[in-house]
Order: sequence, then C-alpha cells, then structure tokens
Amino acid sequence: MEKAIICKNLTKQFGDFKAVDSVSFDVAQGEIFGFLGANGAGKTTAMRILCGLSYPTSGEATVAGFDVYKQQEKIKRNIGYMSQKFSLYDNLTILENIEFYGGVYGVSGAEIKTRSNELISTLGLEKEAKKLVGELPLGWKQKLAFSVAIFHRPKIVFLDEPTGGVDPVTRRQFWDMIYEAAANGITVFVTTHYMDEAEYCNRISVMVDGRVEALDTPANLKNRFNTNTMDDVFYQLARGAKRSGD
Amino acid sequence: MVSVEVKSIVKTYGDVKAVNDVSFEVQKGELFGLIGPDGAGKTSLFRILTTLLLADSGTATVEGLDVVKDYRKIRNIVGYMPGRFSLYQDLTVKENLTFFATVFSTTIEENYELIKDIYEQIKPFSNRRAGKLSGGMKQKLALCCALIHKPVILFLDEPTTGVDVVSRKEFWEMLGKLKKQGITIIVSTPYMDEATLCDRIALIQNGSIMSINTPGNIVQRFPKPLFAAKADNIYKLLHDLRADAEVESCYAFGEYIHLTMKANDADALSVMRVAGRNNLEGLEVKLITPTIEDSFICLMNENSE
Repeated sequence: MEKAIICKNLTKQFGDFKAVDSVSFDVAQGEIFGFLGANGAGKTTAMRILCGLSYPTSGEATVAGFDVYKQQEKIKRNIGYMSQKFSLYDNLTILENIEFYGGVYGVSGAEIKTRSNELISTLGLEKEAKKLVGELPLGWKQKLAFSVAIFHRPKIVFLDEPTGGVDPVTRRQFWDMIYEAAANGITVFVTTHYMDEAEYCNRISVMVDGRVEALDTPANLKNRFNTNTMDDVFYQLARGAKRSGD
Repeated sequence: MVSVEVKSIVKTYGDVKAVNDVSFEVQKGELFGLIGPDGAGKTSLFRILTTLLLADSGTATVEGLDVVKDYRKIRNIVGYMPGRFSLYQDLTVKENLTFFATVFSTTIEENYELIKDIYEQIKPFSNRRAGKLSGGMKQKLALCCALIHKPVILFLDEPTTGVDVVSRKEFWEMLGKLKKQGITIIVSTPYMDEATLCDRIALIQNGSIMSINTPGNIVQRFPKPLFAAKADNIYKLLHDLRADAEVESCYAFGEYIHLTMKANDADALSVMRVAGRNNLEGLEVKLITPTIEDSFICLMNENSE
C-alpha cells in the first residue's frame, strides 16, 4: 500500500518545550485518519509541519512523497486544507471563492469553469452561486469549504475540526462527503472533538503531551481499553495529560 | 418557584430571525440546557436575559425582574460567562478576580467558599496573565469571575466548545457541585451528549425551540423503534439501507448506523432481513434506546418536512 504520509521520530521543540515529541506514524493512500488529542497535546504543531507551514526540529516526514524540510512548496500544492476557523472569504460570492482557490492552486480557467458548475449542481447551490458566502448558514459554508479544499484534487486533505458547532444532520452529510472523497482516493487527515466521528475513521491516533500514545482502528482501541465507547478510550488515555492548552 | 420566564421573545438581525417566538420557564435551582448548533439563537437568548441585548418583542423576567425595566438589578444578581473569553488578558489571574469582585462591591475572601474548589486548581498560576493561560484554565478562571459576587443565577454560553473530553467532564462535575449549592444554571452547548447531564433541556434550531423536557422524556417520545446496525463494510451498508424502500431514516452514528423502518411494528428480525439483502459480512442488528442526538435529528427532519 502506498503511503500518503510517513513520520519518523518527528520532533518540534520551542526552547525546552517539546510540542511534538518523537512522533512516528504512517497514513495509507485513501485512508481516513483521525488525529485526536487533548487540548495542548501538539496536534496543531504537528499538522502545521505536515502542511509545509513549519519546519520540524528533528526527525523525518514526507507528505505525498515530498520532504517536509526541502519540499514545502510541493507539499502545499498537493494538499488541501480546511478548518472550522478559516475556510472561505465571507465577502466573496460562492463562485468567486471557488475561482480564487482554483486559481491559487493552478487549476486552468477552463477547468475551473467546468468543475465549479459541477460542484454547484452537486451541492444544489445553483440559486446561491452569486451570493456572498457570508450569507450562507454555517452548515452550508462548511460543506462548501470542504468541496473547495479538494477542488484542485489534492492527494491529501487536512481537516482541522471541520464540524465544530454544526448541527447533527449537517455533520453527517459532511461525513458523507468525506467518505466519498476517500473512495475517490483522497487521503483524509482529520481532527475532531466529537468522539462519534472518531468511529468513522479507518484508524485513529491519540496524542498526549506531544507523543502518539495510541494508534489503531477504533474497534481495536476499544478492545484494548476494554470499553465500548471511544469517549472512554480517549478519557483513559488523556486524563493523565500534564499539558493543557488551546 | 420560577427563576427565569421567557415569553414569546423575538429577535431579528436584518432578514434573519435569530430568535423566533421563544417561550420557556426555568425553575429555581434547576440546571437547564439550551442544546443546539451554531446559529440556533442560543447566544441571542443569553444576551437578552443578561440585559445586554433588547428583544424586538416579547417579555422576559429573571428572578421576577423585567429584563428591560429592571436591568440594573438583574445585572447584580446574574453571573454570565460569554462564549468568547472576555476577561482582561493583561491582568493576572488574581487581578481579574479582584477586579470582578470589586465591581460587585465584594471581596474574594467574602465569597471564597463558592469558588474554592475551582479556584484552587488555578491558584498556582495566580500571578500569571490571563492571556497566557491554557484553554482549560481560562475556562476555570472565567467561571470563578462569573461566580465571585455569589449570583443567584448563572448563564454559561457554550462553556465547553472546543474543549477536549477530559476537560469537558471536569467542567460538568463543577456545574454539578454548583447546582448542589442552589444556584440556578442555564447552560448552552452544541454537544448533544452533555444534554443528559441537565435537569431539563430545550432543543433549539433556527431560532425556534423544537422540544422542552427532561432528557429522559425527550428520548422516550422518540416516535418509533430505533435500530442500530453494522457490517464490516459500513459505508456500503449505509448506501444499501438508504436505498431500501422499507427504511424510513438512516444515518451514521459512531460505530453503528441508526435506522427506523416505515413499518411501525418492525423488530430486530425484520431489520435483519432488510439489512441482510446484500449479504454483507459481519452484519449485526439490534434494537436500541435513542440518544438525545437521535431525538434532535428526528425533530429536525419532522420540522423540515
């Protein structure tokens, strides 16, 4: 199986503080990988390195086959990213947002046109296409943001708490889109605070105090911790955490 | 005894009806939850009840005081923890607490008993600036500041949003202790699993309340038998079930798929027969008790029909 992400002893140190402490894991192509951890565990720092936004202090990692030290720009071209906090420009229309992101990622003008028509009809947003994104309800915004994040057909998409605050029906529609992207071969790397969503991942890792304390399928983790909820698995792993933060 | 009474409150922003004819009552000493996603109208309601926002129409009272006429009196008896961290980032933990105590003409010492359990967890950092605290500690400090004048009623707007499972659990334990001291608590949350920790809850969506009851009664009112199903290829099962004419509703729910059937007398065997049509490996079906989230989804679907 081809690997989308490989990390080996990945470490990021700020002074004496090891935000990410010798983390090693692989993510397979087309896998939905849940990246969980307590607040302050080091998830954001690790994710920034994997997105080519920050250099590690030591260790190795490749993303889509590119090196996190030497090929940051190539990484950026081959990934998509969305988060709850930043996704689209509120004061651009839906179409303008699509055009803008498509352009930034080097999709040709003709291709942008075809794909955006497709996208808008799949999402059923024909009437809203020329409306400002700021006028859309949050659930729609998040679904659109995800579609835009994979518009340039990246190999990997990074999702940072994509469903925070979204209603339970939309949250599930969002996961349908994630499944579909994965079925089309896009690797999905996702963080969430909803433990039921952890169950939708092929495998999950749980970070505690900068280290990956557990990594397995949800079923195996529940077996190992002798419980039937992911909530409990997470609680058992994270309650001993010394660090806490945003 | 009624602590909060809300009658036909409406609040609009331009074309958007943020709060659409909402009415409810909260009893003294009750732990009352407003459960709903972002944009449901929770924050607008909190701001109206804490006298920070005027409603377009409708009335509301807090401890018998009118939110418009008696706003000054209300401000002295309520504690409010807004969704966004609103303490002074440049003041230390101790300074923030002293400030809030002083504003309400009291001292930390006078009401220390009330915050003791919570404050002791952040006391080692009492000289640290609030802006330099971790998320969990900020949350504890904000709760202390909302409590320091010994409010009769506490308004907590999404205190656990974005907080991990461990801190969320700790926070709810703190609320349980405060409730024992007789404080009325109104708390909002987008996490449906927290709803069961409240005495009564209002499920709110698009500015309207879909249901108000105890968590137990809300779940009991689920209209049909609910089943959980899984198979090794769960995504295939989800697709199959959605396409099946006998299935009424069907959605992913953690490890399982939750579904209801069109037939009112469906049992696990009949669901097994339907789910087994495509001979998926590892198929399992069982009858389950709905959760608050199942009820929420069901009510949302009823409302959109």
